[in-house]
Amino acid sequence: MFQTKTLAKNFVSATKFFDVESIRKDFPILQRKVHNKPLVYLDNAATSQKPKQVIDAIVNYYNSYNANIHRGIHKLSEEATLEYEKAHEKVAEFIGADGMEEIIFTKNTTESLNLLAYSLTLSLKKGDEIVLTEMEHHSNIVPWQQLAKQRGLAVKYIKINEEGELDAKSISESITQKTKIVSATHASNVLGTINPIQEISKIARENNALMVVDGAQSVPHMKVDVKSIGCDFLAFSGHKMLGPTGIGVLYGRKELLEKMNPFLYGGDMIREVKFDGTTFNHLPWKFEAGTPNIAAGIGLGAAVDYLNKIGMGKIRMQDKELTEYAMKKLNEIGGVIIYGPKEERGAVVSFNIDNVHPHDVSEILDSEGIAIRAGHHCCMPLMKLLDVQGTARTSFYLYNTKEEIDKLIEGIKKVKKVFGV
Amino acid sequence: MEDIEMMYQENILEHYKAPHNHGRIENASVHHHEYNPLCGDEIDLYIVIENNIIKDVKFYGRGCAISQSSASMLTDRINGKKLGEIKKITKEEILEMIGIPLSAVRLKCALLSLDTLKNSIKIYEGYVNNHNKNSKNDGD
Repeated sequence: MFQTKTLAKNFVSATKFFDVESIRKDFPILQRKVHNKPLVYLDNAATSQKPKQVIDAIVNYYNSYNANIHRGIHKLSEEATLEYEKAHEKVAEFIGADGMEEIIFTKNTTESLNLLAYSLTLSLKKGDEIVLTEMEHHSNIVPWQQLAKQRGLAVKYIKINEEGELDAKSISESITQKTKIVSATHASNVLGTINPIQEISKIARENNALMVVDGAQSVPHMKVDVKSIGCDFLAFSGHKMLGPTGIGVLYGRKELLEKMNPFLYGGDMIREVKFDGTTFNHLPWKFEAGTPNIAAGIGLGAAVDYLNKIGMGKIRMQDKELTEYAMKKLNEIGGVIIYGPKEERGAVVSFNIDNVHPHDVSEILDSEGIAIRAGHHCCMPLMKLLDVQGTARTSFYLYNTKEEIDKLIEGIKKVKKVFGV
Repeated sequence: MEDIEMMYQENILEHYKAPHNHGRIENASVHHHEYNPLCGDEIDLYIVIENNIIKDVKFYGRGCAISQSSASMLTDRINGKKLGEIKKITKEEILEMIGIPLSAVRLKCALLSLDTLKNSIKIYEGYVNNHNKNSKNDGD
């Protein structure tokens, strides 16, 4: 009885920023049972769940006005075009961009970063440098690394310290006059570290380098304003911020996008095509070749509406409270190692249990209906630095509760019992 | 018994905590490394082969309980056996040997050691064929 009372009390304190119970009702999947237990979804850094408002927007497009955009002179095409463009405007406003010309829809963060790696390195010369950090996701390493190989560029990495933060000295030493591009994650998908992007952007600017920010883990969880962080480009994915898969965003400053070469060529990105040459369409369509994922774009617009309705400030506070609670509870269990900074972090906690592989942790938690991520999190170089094969990772979002974290803790105790550690 | 407890039954955990044939062999006839990027499971297999018979085998690995215990059991199973016989080992046999229900994702963990073994033998036979200066190609 005492236990129930404690849970209820914790549950209330987690809901003070907004009514989590009514938010949970918007997410049909949260009604689901897994292995006959209520689903506890703690894998939000991989992908978030979708509210019915987003699902309805997609279904409504297919049911009521499915048509290609920018093409047909008919009612349905006009409606589809309008909604798809409106989604660009919503995203522009959401991140403080100067209108939809600065918002390119891609399929995900990875494609956004590939577009940049391809297009921005075209004008670079042999020996020019690209600076990344040691905590990057593969998607912010591999495109640069491969293009650098093709074009004879050098790639340097800003080091991380023992706390899992970027080393201040390494930041200022890595970025020099030779640096042409700096590309860094805003928030780590493994360590939860929130990087001082504003300061890194400033140093990049002082050295006339372009600043690219991977916002895949930050844009869904906090107010990100491109002007205040001072970046030139920002890449993020729709599916981690309540939107559907298959839609991502690349923000770029208009004057830079205008000068850049497209990454994909074809329909919709052109203004006039002759057999011997082509003039490109105006922004952002110059970068959106072919029929795009119209439904997903409209779905992302609905996701932005949903996040705005709740407020990014409140979502950040809720994230912080859940993360602090989880770290406190994890610390109370012996034999659990937590990676990353102790404070001021994103809603991601990576951990390991002594002598138990993260996949075994995840499998046992799954039997309790609890979904977490286990593995290298697409950060093999970082895993090598941490000297682990992988980690278990729990990550939260606005529909999670302290009660669910209590279930996670019980699950971890079960793992320890099964393995006798 | 719950499914999950069945999966991590005593047998599996014993092999995981104290794997048989664990270690490295210097001057092995063949040494091969396989990696499962999904889990990060790793197996290094060292085999000493004489007259097409496995005289000694050891493995060194890091990974989940399923991958490591299966390597432990498989090395027990093949020691002293003929290559011809070993080449016939099927997935089904491995699953039977492990004797627990596995999800599709975990199958990869369970079968990593068998993949490593089969590739080791291919490499060994390719090497032997080349060195016998025999132009006959058995094909892999």
